[in-house]
Amino acid sequence: MREVAFDDVVKAVRDIILHCGTDLPQDTYDALVTAMETEASPVSKEVIRQILENADIAKDEKRPLCQDTGLAVFFVNIGDEVKINGGLLRDAINQGTEQGYTDAYLRASTCEPFSRANLKDTVGYNLPAIIHFDIVAGDKIDIEYAAKGGGSENVSRAKVFPPAAGKDGIVEYVKEVISDAGGNPCPPITIGVGIGGTFEKACISSKHALFRDIGSHNEDPEMDELEQRILVEINKLGIGAMGMGGTKTALAVHIESNPCHIASLPVSVNVQCHSSRHTHITI
Amino acid sequence: MASYTFTTPLTSEDTKQLVAGDTVLLNGTIYTARDAAHKRLVDLIEAGEELPFDLEGSIIYFVGPTPPKPGDPIGSAGPTTSYRMDSFSPTMLKNGSKGMIGKGKRDQGVKDACVEYDGIYFGATGGAGALLGKQITSAEVIAYPELGPEAIRKITVKEFPVTVINDTKGNDLYQMGRAQYEVKD
Ligand code: SF4
Repeated sequence: MREVAFDDVVKAVRDIILHCGTDLPQDTYDALVTAMETEASPVSKEVIRQILENADIAKDEKRPLCQDTGLAVFFVNIGDEVKINGGLLRDAINQGTEQGYTDAYLRASTCEPFSRANLKDTVGYNLPAIIHFDIVAGDKIDIEYAAKGGGSENVSRAKVFPPAAGKDGIVEYVKEVISDAGGNPCPPITIGVGIGGTFEKACISSKHALFRDIGSHNEDPEMDELEQRILVEINKLGIGAMGMGGTKTALAVHIESNPCHIASLPVSVNVQCHSSRHTHITI
Repeated sequence: MASYTFTTPLTSEDTKQLVAGDTVLLNGTIYTARDAAHKRLVDLIEAGEELPFDLEGSIIYFVGPTPPKPGDPIGSAGPTTSYRMDSFSPTMLKNGSKGMIGKGKRDQGVKDACVEYDGIYFGATGGAGALLGKQITSAEVIAYPELGPEAIRKITVKEFPVTVINDTKGNDLYQMGRAQYEVKD
Protein backbone atom coordinates (compact mmCIF):
# COMPACT_ATOMS: atom_id res chain seq x y z
CA MET A 1 0.00 0.00 0.00
CA ARG A 2 1.38 3.41 -0.94
CA GLU A 3 0.59 6.14 1.58
CA VAL A 4 -0.15 9.69 0.45
CA ALA A 5 -0.45 12.52 2.95
CA PHE A 6 -3.78 14.36 3.06
CA ASP A 7 -1.96 17.71 2.93
CA ASP A 8 -0.07 16.73 -0.22
CA VAL A 9 -3.37 16.22 -2.02
CA VAL A 10 -4.68 19.55 -0.70
CA LYS A 11 -1.60 21.34 -2.00
CA ALA A 12 -1.64 19.61 -5.40
CA VAL A 13 -5.29 20.55 -5.93
CA ARG A 14 -4.71 24.13 -4.77
CA ASP A 15 -1.82 24.46 -7.22
CA ILE A 16 -3.74 23.24 -10.29
CA ILE A 17 -6.60 25.61 -9.49
CA LEU A 18 -4.20 28.54 -9.25
CA HIS A 19 -2.60 27.58 -12.53
CA CYS A 20 -5.84 26.93 -14.42
CA GLY A 21 -7.44 30.20 -13.32
CA THR A 22 -4.88 32.27 -15.19
CA ASP A 23 -3.15 30.03 -17.78
CA LEU A 24 -5.19 28.93 -20.78
CA PRO A 25 -4.07 25.39 -21.71
CA GLN A 26 -1.82 25.15 -24.77
CA ASP A 27 -4.24 22.94 -26.74
CA THR A 28 -6.96 25.57 -26.48
CA TYR A 29 -4.59 28.46 -27.19
CA ASP A 30 -3.24 26.75 -30.33
CA ALA A 31 -6.75 25.91 -31.56
CA LEU A 32 -7.80 29.55 -31.10
CA VAL A 33 -4.77 30.77 -33.07
CA THR A 34 -5.76 28.48 -35.96
CA ALA A 35 -9.37 29.63 -35.67
CA MET A 36 -8.31 33.29 -35.84
CA GLU A 37 -6.21 32.62 -38.93
CA THR A 38 -8.97 30.79 -40.76
CA GLU A 39 -12.06 32.74 -39.61
CA ALA A 40 -13.77 34.42 -42.57
CA SER A 41 -15.56 37.19 -40.66
CA PRO A 42 -13.47 40.23 -39.70
CA VAL A 43 -15.68 40.87 -36.65
CA SER A 44 -15.20 37.33 -35.32
CA LYS A 45 -11.49 37.47 -36.14
CA GLU A 46 -11.18 40.55 -33.92
CA VAL A 47 -13.09 38.81 -31.12
CA ILE A 48 -10.70 35.84 -31.24
CA ARG A 49 -7.76 38.24 -31.27
CA GLN A 50 -9.13 39.77 -28.05
CA ILE A 51 -9.57 36.30 -26.54
CA LEU A 52 -5.91 35.51 -27.26
CA GLU A 53 -4.73 38.88 -25.95
CA ASN A 54 -6.80 38.21 -22.84
CA ALA A 55 -5.03 34.87 -22.39
CA ASP A 56 -1.63 36.58 -22.67
CA ILE A 57 -2.56 39.26 -20.11
CA ALA A 58 -4.03 36.69 -17.72
CA LYS A 59 -0.90 34.56 -17.87
CA ASP A 60 1.62 37.41 -17.61
CA GLU A 61 -0.17 39.31 -14.86
CA LYS A 62 -1.73 36.34 -13.07
CA ARG A 63 -5.27 37.65 -13.49
CA PRO A 64 -8.27 35.32 -13.81
CA LEU A 65 -8.97 34.56 -17.49
CA CYS A 66 -12.68 35.10 -16.96
CA GLN A 67 -14.69 36.55 -14.09
CA ASP A 68 -16.81 33.42 -14.12
CA THR A 69 -14.28 31.16 -12.46
CA GLY A 70 -16.80 28.37 -12.47
CA LEU A 71 -17.61 25.41 -10.35
CA ALA A 72 -14.63 23.14 -9.73
CA VAL A 73 -15.19 19.80 -11.49
CA PHE A 74 -12.95 16.76 -10.92
CA PHE A 75 -12.64 13.29 -12.37
CA VAL A 76 -10.55 11.27 -9.94
CA ASN A 77 -9.15 7.79 -10.55
CA ILE A 78 -7.80 6.38 -7.33
CA GLY A 79 -5.53 3.33 -7.44
CA ASP A 80 -6.56 0.38 -5.26
CA GLU A 81 -3.10 0.39 -3.65
CA VAL A 82 -3.23 3.99 -2.35
CA LYS A 83 -4.18 5.05 1.14
CA ILE A 84 -4.72 8.69 2.15
CA ASN A 85 -3.13 9.44 5.52
CA GLY A 86 -4.89 11.98 7.68
CA GLY A 87 -8.36 12.24 6.16
CA LEU A 88 -10.70 11.50 3.29
CA LEU A 89 -9.76 12.11 -0.34
CA ARG A 90 -13.01 14.01 -0.90
CA ASP A 91 -12.23 16.38 1.97
CA ALA A 92 -8.69 16.93 0.67
CA ILE A 93 -10.01 17.86 -2.78
CA ASN A 94 -12.56 20.24 -1.28
CA GLN A 95 -9.95 21.87 0.94
CA GLY A 96 -7.57 22.29 -1.98
CA THR A 97 -10.41 23.82 -4.02
CA GLU A 98 -11.22 26.33 -1.29
CA GLN A 99 -7.58 27.31 -0.87
CA GLY A 100 -7.02 27.63 -4.62
CA TYR A 101 -10.10 29.79 -5.19
CA THR A 102 -9.22 32.01 -2.23
CA ASP A 103 -5.49 32.37 -2.95
CA ALA A 104 -6.02 33.12 -6.67
CA TYR A 105 -8.74 35.73 -5.99
CA LEU A 106 -11.22 33.65 -7.99
CA ARG A 107 -14.93 34.29 -7.60
CA ALA A 108 -17.04 32.10 -5.32
CA SER A 109 -19.88 31.16 -7.64
CA THR A 110 -21.76 28.42 -5.77
CA CYS A 111 -25.16 29.16 -4.28
CA GLU A 112 -28.18 27.48 -2.75
CA PRO A 113 -30.61 26.63 -5.59
CA PHE A 114 -33.65 28.60 -4.39
CA SER A 115 -32.56 31.36 -2.03
CA ARG A 116 -29.56 31.84 -4.40
CA ALA A 117 -27.55 32.60 -1.26
CA ASN A 118 -23.81 32.25 -1.74
CA LEU A 119 -22.49 29.29 0.26
CA LYS A 120 -19.06 30.73 1.03
CA ASP A 121 -19.84 31.51 4.66
CA THR A 122 -21.61 28.23 5.37
CA VAL A 123 -20.28 25.40 3.20
CA GLY A 124 -17.01 27.03 2.13
CA TYR A 125 -15.52 29.24 -0.58
CA ASN A 126 -16.85 27.87 -3.89
CA LEU A 127 -17.67 24.51 -2.28
CA PRO A 128 -18.65 21.78 -2.66
CA ALA A 129 -16.58 20.78 -5.66
CA ILE A 130 -18.21 18.40 -8.15
CA ILE A 131 -16.19 15.17 -7.90
CA HIS A 132 -16.57 11.98 -9.96
CA PHE A 133 -14.59 9.09 -8.44
CA ASP A 134 -13.52 5.82 -9.95
CA ILE A 135 -11.30 3.05 -8.58
CA VAL A 136 -8.54 1.68 -10.81
CA ALA A 137 -5.58 -0.69 -10.41
CA GLY A 138 -2.28 0.74 -9.16
CA ASP A 139 -0.75 3.04 -6.55
CA LYS A 140 -1.40 6.45 -8.10
CA ILE A 141 -4.11 9.09 -7.84
CA ASP A 142 -5.05 10.57 -11.17
CA ILE A 143 -6.86 13.91 -11.04
CA GLU A 144 -8.44 15.69 -13.98
CA TYR A 145 -9.73 19.17 -13.20
CA ALA A 146 -11.77 21.81 -15.01
CA ALA A 147 -13.29 25.14 -13.95
CA LYS A 148 -16.74 25.03 -15.52
CA GLY A 149 -18.46 28.37 -16.15
CA GLY A 150 -22.21 28.93 -16.13
CA GLY A 151 -22.72 30.42 -19.60
CA SER A 152 -21.81 27.24 -21.45
CA GLU A 153 -23.30 24.90 -18.84
CA ASN A 154 -26.67 26.68 -19.18
CA VAL A 155 -27.10 25.69 -22.83
CA SER A 156 -26.20 22.01 -22.33
CA ARG A 157 -28.93 19.39 -22.82
CA ALA A 158 -29.66 15.66 -22.77
CA LYS A 159 -32.28 13.43 -24.32
CA VAL A 160 -32.98 9.72 -24.58
CA PHE A 161 -33.70 8.84 -28.22
CA PRO A 162 -35.21 5.65 -29.63
CA PRO A 163 -32.45 3.48 -31.15
CA ALA A 164 -33.68 4.22 -34.68
CA ALA A 165 -32.52 7.84 -34.33
CA GLY A 166 -28.98 6.64 -35.05
CA LYS A 167 -26.11 8.90 -36.06
CA ASP A 168 -28.32 11.18 -38.15
CA GLY A 169 -30.52 11.84 -35.14
CA ILE A 170 -27.48 12.69 -33.02
CA VAL A 171 -26.08 15.10 -35.62
CA GLU A 172 -29.43 16.89 -35.87
CA TYR A 173 -29.76 17.08 -32.08
CA VAL A 174 -26.31 18.61 -31.58
CA LYS A 175 -27.07 21.15 -34.32
CA GLU A 176 -30.34 22.06 -32.64
CA VAL A 177 -28.71 22.54 -29.21
CA ILE A 178 -25.87 24.69 -30.56
CA SER A 179 -28.13 26.66 -32.88
CA ASP A 180 -30.45 27.60 -30.01
CA ALA A 181 -27.47 28.53 -27.83
CA GLY A 182 -26.13 31.10 -30.33
CA GLY A 183 -23.52 33.37 -28.75
CA ASN A 184 -24.53 32.69 -25.13
CA PRO A 185 -21.93 29.96 -24.37
CA CYS A 186 -19.04 32.19 -25.55
CA PRO A 187 -18.00 30.57 -28.84
CA PRO A 188 -15.65 29.35 -30.22
CA ILE A 189 -16.78 26.37 -28.19
CA THR A 190 -15.82 22.75 -27.69
CA ILE A 191 -18.72 20.30 -27.75
CA GLY A 192 -18.75 17.19 -25.57
CA VAL A 193 -21.17 14.52 -26.73
CA GLY A 194 -21.96 11.59 -24.45
CA ILE A 195 -23.64 8.68 -26.18
CA GLY A 196 -25.15 5.55 -24.73
CA GLY A 197 -25.04 4.14 -21.22
CA THR A 198 -27.95 5.28 -19.09
CA PHE A 199 -29.32 8.81 -18.87
CA GLU A 200 -26.77 9.92 -16.26
CA LYS A 201 -23.92 7.98 -17.84
CA ALA A 202 -24.43 9.90 -21.09
CA CYS A 203 -24.33 13.20 -19.18
CA ILE A 204 -21.16 12.35 -17.29
CA SER A 205 -19.53 11.09 -20.50
CA SER A 206 -20.35 14.35 -22.27
CA LYS A 207 -18.64 16.26 -19.46
CA HIS A 208 -15.62 13.97 -19.43
CA ALA A 209 -15.28 14.27 -23.22
CA LEU A 210 -14.49 17.97 -22.71
CA PHE A 211 -11.34 17.11 -20.75
CA ARG A 212 -9.68 15.61 -23.82
CA ASP A 213 -7.13 17.88 -25.48
CA ILE A 214 -8.36 19.76 -28.52
CA GLY A 215 -6.60 18.45 -31.59
CA SER A 216 -6.42 14.86 -30.32
CA HIS A 217 -8.29 12.17 -32.21
CA ASN A 218 -10.88 9.77 -30.92
CA GLU A 219 -9.35 6.30 -30.57
CA ASP A 220 -12.41 4.78 -32.22
CA PRO A 221 -12.25 5.56 -35.99
CA GLU A 222 -16.03 5.45 -36.29
CA MET A 223 -16.44 8.05 -33.54
CA ASP A 224 -13.58 10.10 -34.95
CA GLU A 225 -15.47 10.30 -38.22
CA LEU A 226 -18.69 11.27 -36.44
CA GLU A 227 -16.83 14.01 -34.52
CA GLN A 228 -15.54 15.49 -37.79
CA ARG A 229 -18.98 15.26 -39.39
CA ILE A 230 -20.64 17.13 -36.50
CA LEU A 231 -17.89 19.77 -36.44
CA VAL A 232 -18.42 20.57 -40.13
CA GLU A 233 -22.18 20.83 -39.61
CA ILE A 234 -21.82 23.11 -36.57
CA ASN A 235 -19.47 25.46 -38.37
CA LYS A 236 -22.04 25.82 -41.16
CA LEU A 237 -24.45 27.41 -38.67
CA GLY A 238 -22.67 30.77 -39.04
CA ILE A 239 -22.81 31.68 -35.33
CA GLY A 240 -19.15 32.73 -35.12
CA ALA A 241 -17.14 34.06 -32.18
CA MET A 242 -19.43 35.44 -29.45
CA GLY A 243 -22.35 34.89 -31.87
CA MET A 244 -21.34 37.81 -34.08
CA GLY A 245 -21.41 35.75 -37.26
CA GLY A 246 -18.60 33.64 -38.63
CA THR A 247 -17.22 30.32 -39.69
CA LYS A 248 -15.50 29.14 -36.50
CA THR A 249 -18.31 28.46 -34.03
CA ALA A 250 -16.70 25.30 -32.66
CA LEU A 251 -13.06 24.33 -32.23
CA ALA A 252 -13.74 20.64 -31.72
CA VAL A 253 -16.34 17.95 -31.06
CA HIS A 254 -15.42 15.20 -28.60
CA ILE A 255 -17.49 12.04 -28.26
CA GLU A 256 -17.52 9.41 -25.53
CA SER A 257 -19.65 6.41 -26.42
CA ASN A 258 -20.85 3.61 -24.14
CA PRO A 259 -22.85 0.41 -24.55
CA CYS A 260 -26.51 1.03 -23.76
CA HIS A 261 -29.88 -0.65 -23.24
CA ILE A 262 -31.42 -2.38 -26.27
CA ALA A 263 -34.42 -0.02 -26.01
CA SER A 264 -32.66 3.32 -25.84
CA LEU A 265 -30.08 5.73 -27.24
CA PRO A 266 -29.22 8.35 -24.58
CA VAL A 267 -27.43 11.46 -25.90
CA SER A 268 -26.02 14.35 -23.91
CA VAL A 269 -24.48 17.56 -25.23
CA ASN A 270 -22.22 19.46 -22.83
CA VAL A 271 -20.79 22.73 -24.10
CA GLN A 272 -17.43 24.22 -23.15
CA CYS A 273 -16.70 27.91 -23.81
CA HIS A 274 -13.41 29.15 -25.26
CA SER A 275 -12.12 29.68 -21.70
CA SER A 276 -11.46 25.96 -21.48
CA ARG A 277 -9.63 25.80 -18.17
CA HIS A 278 -8.66 22.16 -17.68
CA THR A 279 -5.66 20.15 -16.58
CA HIS A 280 -4.51 16.73 -15.44
CA ILE A 281 -2.11 15.60 -12.70
CA THR A 282 -0.97 12.33 -11.23
CA ILE A 283 0.01 12.02 -7.57
CA MET B 1 -18.57 49.03 -39.93
CA ALA B 2 -17.30 52.23 -38.41
CA SER B 3 -15.24 52.83 -35.27
CA TYR B 4 -16.06 55.48 -32.69
CA THR B 5 -14.79 56.76 -29.37
CA PHE B 6 -17.41 58.05 -26.92
CA THR B 7 -17.31 59.51 -23.45
CA THR B 8 -20.27 58.94 -21.12
CA PRO B 9 -22.95 60.12 -20.53
CA LEU B 10 -24.30 59.39 -24.02
CA THR B 11 -26.96 61.43 -25.80
CA SER B 12 -29.52 60.41 -28.44
CA GLU B 13 -27.34 62.24 -30.93
CA ASP B 14 -24.49 59.84 -30.09
CA THR B 15 -26.49 56.65 -30.12
CA LYS B 16 -28.41 57.40 -33.33
CA GLN B 17 -25.15 57.41 -35.33
CA LEU B 18 -24.36 53.85 -34.37
CA VAL B 19 -25.16 50.83 -36.53
CA ALA B 20 -25.01 47.14 -35.57
CA GLY B 21 -21.44 45.92 -36.19
CA ASP B 22 -19.76 49.24 -35.36
CA THR B 23 -17.00 49.13 -32.76
CA VAL B 24 -16.81 51.69 -29.97
CA LEU B 25 -14.18 52.56 -27.38
CA LEU B 26 -15.90 53.88 -24.27
CA ASN B 27 -14.43 56.36 -21.80
CA GLY B 28 -15.86 57.76 -18.58
CA THR B 29 -18.20 56.52 -15.88
CA ILE B 30 -20.39 53.46 -16.27
CA TYR B 31 -22.40 51.45 -13.73
CA THR B 32 -22.42 47.72 -13.08
CA ALA B 33 -25.58 45.77 -12.31
CA ARG B 34 -26.77 42.17 -12.68
CA ASP B 35 -30.20 40.59 -12.09
CA ALA B 36 -30.55 41.25 -8.36
CA ALA B 37 -29.51 44.90 -8.63
CA HIS B 38 -31.77 45.44 -11.65
CA LYS B 39 -34.72 44.14 -9.70
CA ARG B 40 -34.08 46.67 -6.93
CA LEU B 41 -33.56 49.57 -9.38
CA VAL B 42 -36.77 48.83 -11.25
CA ASP B 43 -38.68 48.51 -7.96
CA LEU B 44 -37.39 51.98 -6.97
CA ILE B 45 -38.41 53.45 -10.35
CA GLU B 46 -41.88 51.97 -10.05
CA ALA B 47 -42.24 53.30 -6.50
CA GLY B 48 -41.13 56.74 -7.73
CA GLU B 49 -38.14 56.77 -5.37
CA GLU B 50 -34.66 58.13 -5.90
CA LEU B 51 -32.04 55.89 -7.55
CA PRO B 52 -28.46 55.45 -6.29
CA PHE B 53 -27.17 57.11 -9.49
CA ASP B 54 -28.43 59.32 -12.32
CA LEU B 55 -29.85 57.20 -15.15
CA GLU B 56 -29.77 60.00 -17.75
CA GLY B 57 -27.34 59.03 -20.51
CA SER B 58 -25.96 56.18 -18.41
CA ILE B 59 -24.49 52.90 -19.59
CA ILE B 60 -25.11 49.80 -17.52
CA TYR B 61 -22.56 46.97 -17.59
CA PHE B 62 -23.83 43.46 -16.81
CA VAL B 63 -20.91 42.08 -14.83
CA GLY B 64 -20.05 40.32 -11.59
CA PRO B 65 -16.27 40.79 -11.24
CA THR B 66 -13.76 38.62 -9.38
CA PRO B 67 -12.39 40.10 -6.13
CA PRO B 68 -9.56 42.58 -6.82
CA LYS B 69 -5.98 41.67 -6.01
CA PRO B 70 -4.40 44.04 -3.48
CA GLY B 71 -3.68 47.37 -5.20
CA ASP B 72 -6.06 46.79 -8.15
CA PRO B 73 -9.41 48.63 -8.49
CA ILE B 74 -11.21 45.49 -9.70
CA GLY B 75 -10.51 41.89 -10.66
CA SER B 76 -11.44 40.23 -13.95
CA ALA B 77 -14.57 41.82 -15.33
CA GLY B 78 -16.07 40.43 -18.53
CA PRO B 79 -19.77 40.53 -19.42
CA THR B 80 -22.37 38.08 -18.15
CA THR B 81 -25.21 36.66 -20.28
CA SER B 82 -27.74 39.43 -20.86
CA TYR B 83 -31.09 37.69 -21.29
CA ARG B 84 -31.54 37.60 -17.52
CA MET B 85 -31.91 41.40 -17.67
CA ASP B 86 -34.44 41.39 -20.55
CA SER B 87 -37.46 42.05 -18.32
CA PHE B 88 -35.77 45.05 -16.65
CA SER B 89 -33.90 46.79 -19.48
CA PRO B 90 -36.90 48.50 -21.19
CA THR B 91 -37.75 50.30 -17.93
CA MET B 92 -34.14 51.43 -17.58
CA LEU B 93 -34.07 52.78 -21.16
CA LYS B 94 -37.44 54.48 -20.74
CA ASN B 95 -36.04 56.35 -17.74
CA GLY B 96 -33.01 57.77 -19.48
CA SER B 97 -30.36 55.06 -19.66
CA LYS B 98 -28.79 55.01 -23.13
CA GLY B 99 -26.96 51.74 -23.26
CA MET B 100 -26.14 48.33 -21.89
CA ILE B 101 -23.07 46.12 -22.17
CA GLY B 102 -23.37 42.34 -21.99
CA LYS B 103 -23.16 39.19 -24.07
CA GLY B 104 -25.77 37.08 -25.86
CA LYS B 105 -29.08 37.80 -27.52
CA ARG B 106 -31.87 40.04 -26.18
CA ASP B 107 -35.61 39.63 -26.56
CA GLN B 108 -37.88 41.69 -28.82
CA GLY B 109 -38.95 43.91 -25.92
CA VAL B 110 -35.38 45.13 -25.42
CA LYS B 111 -34.83 45.64 -29.16
CA ASP B 112 -38.05 47.65 -29.42
CA ALA B 113 -37.06 49.74 -26.40
CA CYS B 114 -33.70 50.52 -28.08
CA VAL B 115 -35.63 51.89 -31.08
CA GLU B 116 -38.13 53.84 -28.99
CA TYR B 117 -35.70 55.41 -26.50
CA ASP B 118 -32.49 55.65 -28.62
CA GLY B 119 -30.72 52.92 -26.66
CA ILE B 120 -27.85 50.69 -27.72
CA TYR B 121 -27.06 47.16 -26.66
CA PHE B 122 -23.31 46.69 -26.81
CA GLY B 123 -21.55 43.33 -26.75
CA ALA B 124 -18.21 42.92 -25.02
CA THR B 125 -16.07 39.83 -25.52
CA GLY B 126 -17.24 37.20 -23.05
CA GLY B 127 -14.40 35.45 -21.31
CA ALA B 128 -12.02 38.37 -21.87
CA GLY B 129 -12.25 39.33 -18.20
CA ALA B 130 -8.55 40.00 -17.69
CA LEU B 131 -8.33 42.28 -20.74
CA LEU B 132 -11.56 44.14 -19.93
CA GLY B 133 -10.71 44.43 -16.22
CA LYS B 134 -7.53 46.27 -17.20
CA GLN B 135 -9.56 48.96 -18.99
CA ILE B 136 -11.27 49.81 -15.69
CA THR B 137 -9.26 52.43 -13.86
CA SER B 138 -11.42 52.89 -10.76
CA ALA B 139 -14.30 51.08 -9.09
CA GLU B 140 -16.44 51.95 -6.12
CA VAL B 141 -19.43 50.12 -4.68
CA ILE B 142 -22.24 52.70 -4.54
CA ALA B 143 -25.23 50.50 -3.62
CA TYR B 144 -26.21 47.08 -2.26
CA PRO B 145 -22.80 45.91 -0.95
CA GLU B 146 -24.58 42.87 0.52
CA LEU B 147 -24.98 41.54 -3.03
CA GLY B 148 -21.21 40.90 -3.23
CA PRO B 149 -20.16 40.56 -6.88
CA GLU B 150 -23.67 41.71 -7.82
CA ALA B 151 -23.47 45.06 -5.96
CA ILE B 152 -23.79 48.25 -8.03
CA ARG B 153 -20.37 49.69 -8.80
CA LYS B 154 -19.52 53.04 -10.29
CA ILE B 155 -16.55 52.35 -12.53
CA THR B 156 -14.32 54.48 -14.71
CA VAL B 157 -13.34 52.97 -18.02
CA LYS B 158 -10.65 53.89 -20.49
CA GLU B 159 -10.92 52.77 -24.11
CA PHE B 160 -13.25 49.95 -23.15
CA PRO B 161 -13.84 47.93 -26.37
CA VAL B 162 -17.44 47.07 -27.30
CA THR B 163 -19.38 46.21 -30.46
CA VAL B 164 -22.88 47.44 -31.32
CA ILE B 165 -25.28 44.47 -31.31
CA ASN B 166 -28.71 46.19 -31.26
CA ASP B 167 -28.94 49.73 -32.61
CA THR B 168 -31.66 52.43 -32.62
CA LYS B 169 -33.00 51.24 -35.99
CA GLY B 170 -33.89 47.72 -34.90
CA ASN B 171 -30.85 45.97 -36.41
CA ASP B 172 -29.40 42.92 -34.66
CA LEU B 173 -25.78 41.95 -35.32
CA TYR B 174 -26.36 38.39 -34.11
CA GLN B 175 -29.02 37.85 -36.80
CA MET B 176 -27.17 39.77 -39.51
CA GLY B 177 -23.80 38.11 -38.83
CA ARG B 178 -25.27 34.66 -38.71
CA ALA B 179 -27.30 35.12 -41.89
CA GLN B 180 -24.15 36.22 -43.68
CA TYR B 181 -22.08 33.18 -42.73
CA GLU B 182 -24.69 30.43 -42.49
CA VAL B 183 -24.19 27.68 -45.08
CA LYS B 184 -27.47 26.08 -46.14
CA ASP B 185 -27.20 22.67 -47.82
S1 SF4 C 1 -19.16 30.98 -20.81
FE1 SF4 C 1 -16.99 30.72 -20.30
S2 SF4 C 1 -15.92 32.47 -21.17
FE2 SF4 C 1 -18.12 32.93 -21.17
S3 SF4 C 1 -18.41 34.08 -19.29
FE3 SF4 C 1 -18.86 31.93 -18.82
S4 SF4 C 1 -16.93 31.03 -18.10
FE4 SF4 C 1 -16.45 33.00 -19.07
